[in-house]
Amino acid sequence: MTNRFAAAFAKPHAALVAFITGGDGDTAANLDALVAGGADVIELGMPFTDPMADGPAIQAANLRSLAKGTTTADLFAIAAAFRNRHPDTPLVLMGYANPMTIRGADWFAAECAKAGVDGVICVDIPSEEDGELGPALRVAGVDLIRLATPTTDAARLPDVLNGAGGFLYYVSVAGITGLQQAAQTSIDEAVARLKAATDLPIAVGFGVRTPEQAAAIAKVADGVVVGSAFIDIIAQHGDAAAPYVEAFTRTLADAIHGAKEIAA
Amino acid sequence: MTQLPNSLRTGPDERGHFGQFGGRYVAETLMPLILDLERHYRAAQTDPAFKAEFDYLLKHYVGRPSPLWFAERLTEHLGGAKIYLKREDLNHTGAHKINNCIGQILLAKRMGKTKIIAETGAGQHGVATATVAALFGLPCTIFMGAVDVARQQPNVFRMKLLGAEVVAVESGAKTLKDAMNEALRHWVANVHDTFYIIGTVAGPHPYPELVRDFQSVIGEEAKAQILEAEGRLPDMLIAPVGGGSNAIGLFHPFLDDEGVKIVGIEAAGEGLDGKHAASLAGGRPGILHGNKTYLLQDEDGQITEAHSISAGLDYPGIGPEHSWLHEIGRVRYEPVTDAEALASFQKLTKLEGIIPALESAHAIAAAERIAPTLGNDKVIIVNCSGRGDKDIFTVADALGVAL
Repeated sequence: MTNRFAAAFAKPHAALVAFITGGDGDTAANLDALVAGGADVIELGMPFTDPMADGPAIQAANLRSLAKGTTTADLFAIAAAFRNRHPDTPLVLMGYANPMTIRGADWFAAECAKAGVDGVICVDIPSEEDGELGPALRVAGVDLIRLATPTTDAARLPDVLNGAGGFLYYVSVAGITGLQQAAQTSIDEAVARLKAATDLPIAVGFGVRTPEQAAAIAKVADGVVVGSAFIDIIAQHGDAAAPYVEAFTRTLADAIHGAKEIAA
Repeated sequence: MTQLPNSLRTGPDERGHFGQFGGRYVAETLMPLILDLERHYRAAQTDPAFKAEFDYLLKHYVGRPSPLWFAERLTEHLGGAKIYLKREDLNHTGAHKINNCIGQILLAKRMGKTKIIAETGAGQHGVATATVAALFGLPCTIFMGAVDVARQQPNVFRMKLLGAEVVAVESGAKTLKDAMNEALRHWVANVHDTFYIIGTVAGPHPYPELVRDFQSVIGEEAKAQILEAEGRLPDMLIAPVGGGSNAIGLFHPFLDDEGVKIVGIEAAGEGLDGKHAASLAGGRPGILHGNKTYLLQDEDGQITEAHSISAGLDYPGIGPEHSWLHEIGRVRYEPVTDAEALASFQKLTKLEGIIPALESAHAIAAAERIAPTLGNDKVIIVNCSGRGDKDIFTVADALGVAL
């Protein structure tokens, strides 16, 4: 785990993991707003023409970004500039296999390391296809963040954890991003199950849109991932979204940071 | 260099790869289901009752075997190799698609799944899926790009008559690849009770393998039929390739027959310099829809839009086994343009009284190009993968005829 991840998850409260799509709106300003509002970990989405695991909000963000001509080089420039402005905030790239591997996994991993990216989430490379990206990232010192889902059974979980780094992202609903939310009891049970299997921090996401939901999850998990709710704000306010992003981040961060009844 | 295996028919490997292609590039939510599907398919493969039910339905419901027709007038017209047509157009629902749908719905039943979903482009796979869903009394949802819904109204109505719900997909370019994205999104959210009937030899392992196996009845029949008609194997096979299910179905039983040349036809649309759907000629390897294969894409790996006059070939990818057969050189893939296919559509109709699907017309066009260069002692089998009734509006429009 990189030092930035270790520091972010060593705080006495759960982490707010905030996702926005790169190149959608004024990304640099929005990233600064997330940090200013109290986000602990940043996920930067790499736009893709065919985001199979995403709901309507993030699909639209992908297409808006691509329509503006966002390239992979632009994404790494955004990441590198963020790293210069914010030396301590962990930065994760999240996206799909094809844009990540098209120039070779070694190229991608080296670019991540150069830009100061701490971790990578690739939606459509499960542990069975780890060779496509995992070894290159590990050589480059970049954490491969794996996803666990409600369908990941006990027999599979060790495979998912093998080679995983950074934190474990628990996808709390069998579904796509930004729509329905899981029942809190099922999240509680899942986090307990995952914690028994790994020392990695557990961040929970998919369908988390309000401070109330986030606070409930923060009582049991190490991190709460919010994405589509930010995307909605950017869709509404366009290039002038940063103040709204910062205000919403603060309500989420306050809820999450104050949620733990006892220190972890 | 790796040595070629003794047989080209043993793929994929246990992880679903054909050489570097294929695999299981899906979200973690789907992975357990894909593994479960594979377990059930392995059990079905060795279950005589499964094969018996599949064969029964192909014979009595689909109407197999489909004839192998000696196209004598076309042969005389071209003045070269003898041309036989494998008449998949005579199957129930009018194309090869039904073979695969029968196999997959039997798997769905075996797995206890109670709902069926599928993607469709022109609507042929959607109609075939809605048909088997009606036959088995299972609720069925078909995902179809909104653009395709608008231009394929007769098939939309057919699917609705068959009891399917047709969802018009508004995301992306609103065509086949977007329909597949949406079907995958729906599946992720409904994995517990839903079976996804993929229409071609693409998607995550084991789909390319099982769709190929269900379609291989085409080549197995053709082999027996040509031996009966000519007393020997053909010199060449020709089939159109979009995703490539009819082609692999014809090709696979012949892959180890060295004397049989095999040609797959990609849709060159307006030409390889313009808009087209020729993934092998104009694309490069990448990852989409659960498998690694040749894709039309830009230098950043963003998927580009395909174009063909034939909606069934209008997809920016190709099945992974075709990518492998291309790279090892066992199958030669050639492009045919919209204009060539349109001309052959009319020629076959007039000479043989057979209206081919525009997909199949691409293979006919290639046969027209190749047959005159071969002696009249040579034999070619062309896959007439579907009938062209569905295409008459498209053809009329292209010819400037108002219906």
